[in-house]
Amino acid sequence: MIDRAELWLVIVLLALGSYGLRFVFIGLIGNRPLPEWLLRHLRYTAVAVLPGLVAPLVLWPAATGGSFDAPRMAAAMVTIAAGFLTRNVLISVITGGAALYLGLYLAG
Amino acid sequence: MATETTNSIFWKGARDAAPFILVIGPFALLFGVVATEAGLEIAATMSFSIFVIAGAAQLTALQLLVDQAPTVIVLVSALAVNLRMAMYSASITPYLGAAPLWQRALVAYFIVDQSYALSVLRYEQNRHWNLAQRLTYYFGTVAPVIPMWYLCTLVGALLGGSIPDSFALDFAVPITFLALITPMVRTPAHLAAALVSITVALAFAFLPYNLGLLVAGILAMATGAEVERRTGGSP
Repeated sequence: MIDRAELWLVIVLLALGSYGLRFVFIGLIGNRPLPEWLLRHLRYTAVAVLPGLVAPLVLWPAATGGSFDAPRMAAAMVTIAAGFLTRNVLISVITGGAALYLGLYLAG
Repeated sequence: MATETTNSIFWKGARDAAPFILVIGPFALLFGVVATEAGLEIAATMSFSIFVIAGAAQLTALQLLVDQAPTVIVLVSALAVNLRMAMYSASITPYLGAAPLWQRALVAYFIVDQSYALSVLRYEQNRHWNLAQRLTYYFGTVAPVIPMWYLCTLVGALLGGSIPDSFALDFAVPITFLALITPMVRTPAHLAAALVSITVALAFAFLPYNLGLLVAGILAMATGAEVERRTGGSP
């Protein structure tokens, strides 16, 4: 169970922080150019954090008590393949979901 | 040649953004469902979607809260996912930076993947647009997307508990993230960053407080930037 006080603290601070990130340049910096090294790091943040977040969820799913699960691993691989081939988020989600249900069905 | 009225530019933005409802809707729905399953009341779920409006960061925060990660780790990880908003903010500033502060404050609130990507694309194509026309287009792209984001979160939150375990909804989050990330991997630098992220996160999974993810994120970001510097050229 998530602690209520912690939950609301996270919501408030995450809201302020997210708005701050959106506002920082357009609101405060105006038209001044940014250093190239900073932009170069900012470009890779999403692709640096999200794969690391997902990898343990794929390898050690909570639903199976943390033990390796073939249908879930296969669904993850299919999602990645669909993403590379189609570059379309929605198609990838649907294909990955279909692979998961097929895998779970075949695994009984 | 037809003159571009404010009205027509607004609708152009709305039309361009309309297909993204197909991405935003299910994503918001997913967040609503997952949040309710995690025990969040509707007020908390809606606060996330209204005040944070960033699906990936919201799901990251929720996942780490469920994992009982310390508050600092939850915040740092979710904000790291959102750092790209700062990049968007920086890159639309040359186009909209001359607007009055209250308008820039409003623009900032609505910076999301879709409004940013569409606006910058159209600003490049329509260099003759003045500031008012650019702002109009921007808010046009926001019009179909953001209300849908709120609404679908609410629907998901209300559906939440009624979805049986056999739907394996636990795995909707990993699948959605993978589907979001993969199209982002366009260059060797992106690929290197993603691979470092996965490897380090798994290798340091034993660290307490989900610190492994933090280490992975920092190393992967530096890797991406360094590979880009060496191979030359931004994506």
